[in-house]
Amino acid sequence: MENFFTRYKNPLALMAVLFIQVVALATQVKRPEGAKPGATGSGTRLIRVWTVTAFTPVEKVFVSTGRFFRNGWRNYADLRGARQQNKELQDEVARLQMEQVRLKQDADQARRLQTLLDFKEKFISKTVAAQVIAFSGTEQSRLITIDKGSRDGIKADMAVITPDGIVGKVKDVFKLSSQVLLINDHDSGAGVILENSRLQGIVKGTPLGELQINDIMSDEKVEPGEHVITSGGDRIYPKGYSVGTVIASTPDHENDPFLIIKIKPEADLNRLEEVLVITDMADNSRTASNGPEPMRAADILSQRLPSVPKVDPNAPKMPGGVPAPKASPTPTKGTPLSAGTEQKPAMSSGQAKSMATGTLGATSTANKPAEAKKPSSVGQPAATPASATGAAATPAKPKPTPKKSVTPPVSPDSTTQQPGAAPTATPKPTTTPAPNQPANQERPPR
Amino acid sequence: MNSSVSLTSREEIEVHRFSWPVSIGIPLLAIFLQVFLNQSLMKVLDLPLLVTIFFAVARRRPIPGMITGALIGTLQDAWTGHPIGLFGIAKTIVGYLGSSLGVKVDVDNPGSRFLMTFAFVLIHRFVYMAISLQLVGGSEAWIWSHMLLSALVNGLAAVVLFAGLDKFKLRN
Repeated sequence: MENFFTRYKNPLALMAVLFIQVVALATQVKRPEGAKPGATGSGTRLIRVWTVTAFTPVEKVFVSTGRFFRNGWRNYADLRGARQQNKELQDEVARLQMEQVRLKQDADQARRLQTLLDFKEKFISKTVAAQVIAFSGTEQSRLITIDKGSRDGIKADMAVITPDGIVGKVKDVFKLSSQVLLINDHDSGAGVILENSRLQGIVKGTPLGELQINDIMSDEKVEPGEHVITSGGDRIYPKGYSVGTVIASTPDHENDPFLIIKIKPEADLNRLEEVLVITDMADNSRTASNGPEPMRAADILSQRLPSVPKVDPNAPKMPGGVPAPKASPTPTKGTPLSAGTEQKPAMSSGQAKSMATGTLGATSTANKPAEAKKPSSVGQPAATPASATGAAATPAKPKPTPKKSVTPPVSPDSTTQQPGAAPTATPKPTTTPAPNQPANQERPPR
Repeated sequence: MNSSVSLTSREEIEVHRFSWPVSIGIPLLAIFLQVFLNQSLMKVLDLPLLVTIFFAVARRRPIPGMITGALIGTLQDAWTGHPIGLFGIAKTIVGYLGSSLGVKVDVDNPGSRFLMTFAFVLIHRFVYMAISLQLVGGSEAWIWSHMLLSALVNGLAAVVLFAGLDKFKLRN
């Protein structure tokens, strides 16, 4: 026996080491997150914590040094064309001021329409700017490491974006750094909407690092060039942020009734330097500044239809400041509802809910009167991406409006930006309801 | 004398040693560069693997070779989003094979270094994929063109890198 162990010492040692590693691997795969022995509170392996923590200061020094020299050179180079650039920027400012007037009118209209819907939305209230300090270094995993961690308020599953579009979500958080899973990793996924056709799907990464939507039926028509935005249904990414552009749409022969829709990401995922982590999303109940006081449909019905029970004055107050009736009447066909707010009951709560689906946790205000009476945030932005898409989701026939960018309340310089602060980074949310198609006709996810 | 030894010169069967700073610093530097440099080249070049192969064939002892591979691979795993152990197991096997091979054939000339690295890159990738698909439930894709390109690039890099790392060998 002793001879056996001596003779096969090396293979036995190999098998022992492999056995230990396989068992350790199996433990990680089988055990649910957060219940791992030797793991931190967030469910991260200690070896991962140690390695990343040990490397992070060195990475930061290298990144900072390199950036110092690069920026020094760029500053010098930029001065050379400053005068010409200044003139161009002044022209641009003048043009944007005119554009702003038009957008303000659109935003006011959107707010009025949202008030009619008691539309609740989520918008970005805090972001943390972070620098990318490391990459996974392998094609099998698309992961980046940023220089902000739990000390800066980063938590797992927070959305990470750039001014161009979404980047990914926070996966593991350490004290001084965090790891971000990019959207083109094959373990990633995000709820999206095709902007023109309003088709909903889930965009996933492939092993080759491409973005694909695989859950749209092949009888739908998807054209290359169509813009893809987040739907908000995944409760990670805010609604209306740019994801990418369709570059190809072909039938999936292996998965027959579906299409393979390839997406080119807007954010350059191979050259990320700075990103924004969305650390806080705030609820916002829109109210029109100059619009009419909203009137509940039940109240209108109670005035016009004798069969509708009288309003109970002790009932909880509803958003319009009018007590809710004891019974909720549902308008039937032929109910003489004319215009304006009277159209509201014609839209079922399901419809209203589906329109609010993309607002990340938006709740039906009809079911939560206390929330609906919450005062709106002070200094809220003129229009957020969610509001932009929310504006598109109006019950009446929406006018086809030209594609336009709306400035969201995001600043890469601010770690605690409040709504209304001047944004310096502008993700690309757009408000583009399909021409001749009501934007609220979003199709259900498949 | 062993027949395998008789086919090699004394230089070829010599077990090389390295100082502690080199044994620790070079692998750490390789991992650091791998995750720090976001160049397209780093997508196909696997510096930690090259360092694993170099130390394994230079030491010519299977147990230290595979332990070196296990440690380097496990540290490299920490930077990926995958369960820790995928690179660890793959590099353990490469370390073992490299050190076993170093005893039997001449691994100090550039030609054999290129071929050896070329083969080890494919083996490493194969083992990684097998574990990922069978044990972890991953969805890896084996693309021959990409794998051959990666093996070629790593093979060429090994010739240059190993020549540089030879200078750190301690000679009696």
